[in-house]
Amino acid sequence: MSVFDVLVEVQLRPGIADPQGATIERSLPALGFDSVHGVRVGKAMRFHIEAADEAAARGQVEELCKRFLTNPVIEDSVVTVVPAVKR
Amino acid sequence: MTARVGVVLFPGSNCEHDVVEAIGSLGGKGEIVWHGDTSLAGFDAVVLPGGFAHGDYLRPGAIARFSPVMGAVRELAAAGAPVIGICNGFQVLTEAGLLPGALQKNRALKFLCRPVELRVTSTDSVLTSEAELGQVLTVPINHFEGNYTCDEATLARLQGEDRVVLRYVDNPNGSVDDIAGICNEGRNVVGLMPHPERAVDGMLGSSDGAVLLRSLLDVA
Repeated sequence: MSVFDVLVEVQLRPGIADPQGATIERSLPALGFDSVHGVRVGKAMRFHIEAADEAAARGQVEELCKRFLTNPVIEDSVVTVVPAVKR
Repeated sequence: MTARVGVVLFPGSNCEHDVVEAIGSLGGKGEIVWHGDTSLAGFDAVVLPGGFAHGDYLRPGAIARFSPVMGAVRELAAAGAPVIGICNGFQVLTEAGLLPGALQKNRALKFLCRPVELRVTSTDSVLTSEAELGQVLTVPINHFEGNYTCDEATLARLQGEDRVVLRYVDNPNGSVDDIAGICNEGRNVVGLMPHPERAVDGMLGSSDGAVLLRSLLDVA
């Protein structure tokens, strides 16, 4: 078994209104940032997982996303799995 | 026979006593059930009340749907008994897959706490059977994530099957099609964002919620 570092980025699906992102975007010109568009707010979750290999780790994380970490009605996730950095 | 209604207490629920009190005032018997219990034997109906179950961590209802009591809630729902989710309870029912769609943050990103007008748009559900079609009820809302959303196919199905039971007269939160409450195919599982238990006596500003809870007690 190996340990992998996992990053799960959860974002609202395209087409789902994001009032937080819209509010942030509207406030930016007041700070002098006139060129920012398409702000979307999501969540990032980091954890470690033990698995036989990277594919097995990814499979487990994707199942976890589907069943718990995201609500598939409104959210998508992007999963990044890399071998754990030895500390 | 007096209807026995289980009112589930999750860690973080905060409307369970209001529901028990309201049901008692209408002639039913409300009893609090701990979320860790695995049986609802003897209950004629169950209410998932408002609040912040499990702190609303991750998403409202995301953790509550795995509470031990939810197995018994599913069984009761499958048996055709009334299962009502009010506010956070509605969020739990959507996360649990007992009702379609999801509740998003309110369109204006404001926590809304005020009486609103609801129109009864279907009387074919366990929560609206005693009401009149088109009747307007004044009932409080109290939520940050009450903006109902679903994909187009689901919305078409809800509309086509007459499953939108309550709509906002003046949409406060951005819900698709002004949806305030929906039911499942069996019409015995109903979720709604407004709080009928807070509108069962003139002293509370409105008694319009009573007709909804009376419907539940009649069926149970």
